[in-house]
Amino acid sequence: MKHLLSTENLSAFDAIRVLDTAEEMSAVGEREVKKLPALRGRTVVNLFFEDSTRTRISFEAAAKRLSADVINFAAKGSSVSKGESLKDTAQTLAAMGADAVVIRHWASGAPHRLAATDWIDAAVINAGDGTHEHPTQALLDAFTMRRHWSKVNGIESTGADLKGMRVAIAGDVLHSRVARSNVWLLKTLGAEVTLVAPPTLLPIGVEHWPCEVSYDLDRTLEAGIDAMMMLRVQGERMNASFFPSTREYSRRWGFDDARLRTLDELGMKDTIIMHPGPMNRGLEISSAAADSPRSTVLAQVRNGVSVRMAALYLLLSGDSREAASNISQSSKETN
Amino acid sequence: MAENTYLIRGAAILGGEAEDLLIRDGVIEARGKDLSTDGATVIDAKGLIALPGMVDVHTHLREPGREDAETVETGTRAAALGGFTAVHAMANSNPVADTAGVVEQVHSLGRASGWVDVRPVGAVTVGLAGEQLAELGAMADSRAQVRMFSDDGICVHDPVLMRRALEYVKAFDGVVAQHAQEPRLTAGAQMNEGTVSAVLGLTGWPAVAEESIIARDVLLAQHVGSRLHVCHVSTAGSVEIVRWAKARGINVTAEVTPHHLLLTDELVRSYDPVYKVNPPLRTDDDVQALREGLADGTIDVVGTDHAPHPSEHKECEWAQAAMGMTGLETALSVVQETMIETGLMTWADFARVTSFTPAVIGRLADQGRPLEVGEPANVILVDPAARWTVDPHKMATMGRNSPFKGKELPGSVVATFFKGHPTVLDGRLNTPYRYPAVSSN
Repeated sequence: MKHLLSTENLSAFDAIRVLDTAEEMSAVGEREVKKLPALRGRTVVNLFFEDSTRTRISFEAAAKRLSADVINFAAKGSSVSKGESLKDTAQTLAAMGADAVVIRHWASGAPHRLAATDWIDAAVINAGDGTHEHPTQALLDAFTMRRHWSKVNGIESTGADLKGMRVAIAGDVLHSRVARSNVWLLKTLGAEVTLVAPPTLLPIGVEHWPCEVSYDLDRTLEAGIDAMMMLRVQGERMNASFFPSTREYSRRWGFDDARLRTLDELGMKDTIIMHPGPMNRGLEISSAAADSPRSTVLAQVRNGVSVRMAALYLLLSGDSREAASNISQSSKETN
Repeated sequence: MAENTYLIRGAAILGGEAEDLLIRDGVIEARGKDLSTDGATVIDAKGLIALPGMVDVHTHLREPGREDAETVETGTRAAALGGFTAVHAMANSNPVADTAGVVEQVHSLGRASGWVDVRPVGAVTVGLAGEQLAELGAMADSRAQVRMFSDDGICVHDPVLMRRALEYVKAFDGVVAQHAQEPRLTAGAQMNEGTVSAVLGLTGWPAVAEESIIARDVLLAQHVGSRLHVCHVSTAGSVEIVRWAKARGINVTAEVTPHHLLLTDELVRSYDPVYKVNPPLRTDDDVQALREGLADGTIDVVGTDHAPHPSEHKECEWAQAAMGMTGLETALSVVQETMIETGLMTWADFARVTSFTPAVIGRLADQGRPLEVGEPANVILVDPAARWTVDPHKMATMGRNSPFKGKELPGSVVATFFKGHPTVLDGRLNTPYRYPAVSSN
């Protein structure tokens, strides 16, 4: 693995390796000294063409816990906003000796351009590109699901996949990079995915995706699910006639208090509620749902750092099949 | 004068029987077997095919305004090398070709270059803004004698304006060449809307946005009894609509680009903007329908939509990149690959779709003529057995944005005769044609 650009082409082997490595990294995060020397002397650039404080600080924390030097390059207030091209920015970072570039970009495919051209030789991690993919989000979601699913099934999470887990993803699939990355990765890991959305917010061609599609959230809940992932919906979408009003959206596709009660009534005691954040409380998710014991919202944030540590570690310390054991060793050194 | 006399020895005329062609003073003086050399420069054309010079109905020469992308000089050199003897220069220059002054300027630049006939296309609306008709009559009456009008790149989407344009050009036997793209259905569109765009997260350009405009326009053309040309048809549905319109006797012609005959939206998976073009690359089903449509005459002509861009407009994110591909120097090879090697068309058909019919659509009297005695000597010689690998850096166009980069293609243009003068010999640029000085007597 030279880059992490998408989950579409991520093999089950590589996906599970990232998740297993993240388990090791997670152990580091629970220690008093949350730091490994693994990437000492390596430079990680967070290149953000789009504001996303949450993702940026997650990657920053991940890189710092691995002792890498971190440079944050925000497009706003930099030469990028003065019209510098992606090519020039990339070549500048290359000249400064960046070993990895974590790129967030509003344009779908921008990380692929960095990886495919000779502008820069660094490892490229896609931190969200347009409406294309957000692979580390999907990996942290899968990590969160795997921990839960393993616990429910009474098995070790390390080495496990998501076989048999029923996951519903509801919201603006059309504009969601999170949904795309999750569909491919969850399929690879053996989960059964149902996308729930108004027909206007599903892409043409979704029928070829490896998942079920539903327009009816209640029916999907009644069929039984193990994880309910809500996607952020922008209220402005109603201005482009994707739906008539935010209230109608909420009633039909929001995870509200009534649907939260439905999970209890149908006896789905182990069903978790997920959200990649930031949430629109009262639109796609009610406060009661977001704050309920079923909610994994904060666990997802916490796991995000571990998963991003794993991704950086695996990309920057070469192809190491014994990644996990290496980390164990280096953790011992730190101790 | 032997200087102006060429004997093409043993070329397969339109891919048929090998014959000689004697060209003197811009005219085909004789055609037959074993013609006498008669002091002519002899060109051994054994194994080569003689075709009428190709006529492109759709070229972007970028001058005036974007001389960093292409000039009339560089674009027409590329045209000559590609086997063209005439090109229609699209109106989206800066300033826009919406006045007699601008079209005359482009026309004059073409004559000064002397590589091919440059026929300016006039804008339909002032500044391509889609609000007010440009002075179409003035452009028609100018020295450029404009007959084709187009806001290419932008659709004349206002139905009333389109109706008026179709009606108005009847006064001087003009044609409106429509870039069929419903603007509201394609806001922010980046690629064909379908299974690939769904995965790539790029805003879709749905086929219906093209087809709905074509359907409306053929009905308008029927209603007002006018002539309509549909630029770069790209979908199977568009082919069906044009076929239906022709069956009803509507006076419509349609064009397809070489790239839409060969490439599909699967290439966009690379996010390489060299594949970004408008209308976008479609699916394999569309490619097959376009080939069938061209073969059965539903689609009348091949137009390159040659659209050179400076490299910085392609070395960027997909969404930031300019739309367009170069095409003049690869058109013949791509049509050979997709239509002739597949057995769908003969070389005589090739002459029809690349020369005879385009000249009729553009009302070019001395282009697209049969290779007969007394006809103007716009002739090309093609080696159908040649194979070559596309290298954009070796092209005459300033644009390096060829989607065929690295691809091996069949067929090469060995010679181009423009008005009886070899602009291309041995596959290389020779010298331009020089117009005789206007006598003051």
